[in-house]
Amino acid sequence: MADVKKIATRESYGNALAECGAEFPNLVVLDADLAGATKTGVFKKAFPERHIDCGIAECNMTGIAAGLATCGKVPFISSFAMFAAGRNFEQVRNSIGYPHLNVKIGATHAGITVGEDGATHQCNEDVALMRTIPGMTVIVPSDDVEAKAAVRAAIEFEGPVYLRFGRAAVPVINDKPEYKFEIGKGVLLREGSDVTIIASGITVSSALEAAEMLAADGIQAEVINIHTIKPLDEELVLASAKKTGKVVTAEEHTVIGGLGSAVCDCLSEKHPTPVLRIGVQDRFGESGPAAALVEKYGLDGKGIYAKVKDFVK
Amino acid sequence: MNKLELQKTANEVRKGIVTAVHSAKAGHPGGSLSAADIFTYLYFEEMNIDPKDPKKADRDRFVLSKGHTAPGLYSVLANRGYFPVEDLKTLRHLGSYLQGHPCMQETPGVDMSSGSLGQGISAAVGMALAAKLDNKSYRTYTLLGDGEIQEGQVWEASMFAGHRKLDNLVVIVDNNGLQIDGKIDDVCSPYPIDKKFEAFNFHVINIDGNDFDQIDAAFKEAKETKGMPTAIICKTVKGKGVSFMENSAGWHGKAPNDEEYATAMADLEKIDKELGGAN
Repeated sequence: MADVKKIATRESYGNALAECGAEFPNLVVLDADLAGATKTGVFKKAFPERHIDCGIAECNMTGIAAGLATCGKVPFISSFAMFAAGRNFEQVRNSIGYPHLNVKIGATHAGITVGEDGATHQCNEDVALMRTIPGMTVIVPSDDVEAKAAVRAAIEFEGPVYLRFGRAAVPVINDKPEYKFEIGKGVLLREGSDVTIIASGITVSSALEAAEMLAADGIQAEVINIHTIKPLDEELVLASAKKTGKVVTAEEHTVIGGLGSAVCDCLSEKHPTPVLRIGVQDRFGESGPAAALVEKYGLDGKGIYAKVKDFVK
Repeated sequence: MNKLELQKTANEVRKGIVTAVHSAKAGHPGGSLSAADIFTYLYFEEMNIDPKDPKKADRDRFVLSKGHTAPGLYSVLANRGYFPVEDLKTLRHLGSYLQGHPCMQETPGVDMSSGSLGQGISAAVGMALAAKLDNKSYRTYTLLGDGEIQEGQVWEASMFAGHRKLDNLVVIVDNNGLQIDGKIDDVCSPYPIDKKFEAFNFHVINIDGNDFDQIDAAFKEAKETKGMPTAIICKTVKGKGVSFMENSAGWHGKAPNDEEYATAMADLEKIDKELGGAN
């Protein structure tokens, strides 16, 4: 995979904001002393008057964004997922979710690929938290192309949106002319008949790798990219589950409350199907290089391959 | 409005508060009554608003950061003509557009949903910032409880407002001295309140928040203040106007029963007489 282009989705986030700045004059970007890390600094350089650094005060930043939204602005608030969704949960729920304000939450440094900073900064719970808020849209892009498309879609969408980006560079997999991003519409990346692998974020490329390895063993895996966890593309999930009869979910997030749970919520009510949830297994992360953590937690191609193979036998 | 008219109007607002909370059999009369004069001044004298067009683009904004005193806000909005005064009796009832805490999607005239303490001031700061970004002249007002300022987010917001020199923002603190668990200086003292806001680069005005002359002077001074936000610290009487509710922490979040309601209304009607008749 050495020749594959790799870009961190937080870079895509900053670039997309800057690219959209001229077209959307009401777009404003707020940060909490992390503009260098969340990459909103790229927007700041292009539109300094529309970049608001709130200092290290995420809860206040969230309220400010709510106030700006009531006055017609389209604010993006940026921080690490741990703070944007975790520290901030109640502010997001009450000041943005309850009044259904048009605020976008750009959460970077999600999951274990934060790496060396360790467990305090590795948020594996954000999707679960955000998914419970009524009216909240939750998007987990898988690569640069999708992340940029998601930012634009979020600007054009009326209502609160949570966008999850990563720190580590990930392979670009969606750079195809036919690629189209639509909120709430999953993407069938590979057809198969024996098992469905549903992935989001960094695990999408891992799932594609796993499917290659499984094919060599004679197992035909269908791979679906669910970039929008909420609202879930139930039609696509159900159709594939009916076709293969076995579903595996893979996410860089706790298996409690995230993509795996969302898929189980749907299948258990509408078409009970055996499901294996791959993800962070009800534990905290730890320090280490991102790639080594991905391997240790079984979220790379090999890890997913081994678990799927065991599941389908 | 002259002072007497404001006093009479505030008394009508107080009757609405007591009636709403009595009908709801729950709610927060104490802090609604203490702030009734402030509510009245804002909506009948100070703010550029239009009850016929509650979402008018460049209207002044108000955020009730101490959202539990929704009965006070609802009563002033009703008396100002945003909706029928009679509807105050539906407060907290199932299906009512008068929710227990302010909901901007339900109630005409409510500029921001609030109720989780410490959050409203941040939204008000966002509104003031929006006006600055757009070079608009509308002003933003927010009312906080003196217990509420124990919340850390209040000071995050104040630091930002001072830093950004938001002179189109007025933070009003209803210093009635009581919170659920007792006196604020016994529970966890926020005093000195004025010095704290001064330290965050606010222009600070201390007044008696139940005296319209002082309220009037303070808001005029705030409007003249440039280059920094203003904080008006209003010394008030919790439960003001209802004899048995005055200065009682027990009436923070409790509704009067039928007998108590009759006494409360008699108290307020007595004030009408002292003022020379109701509006």
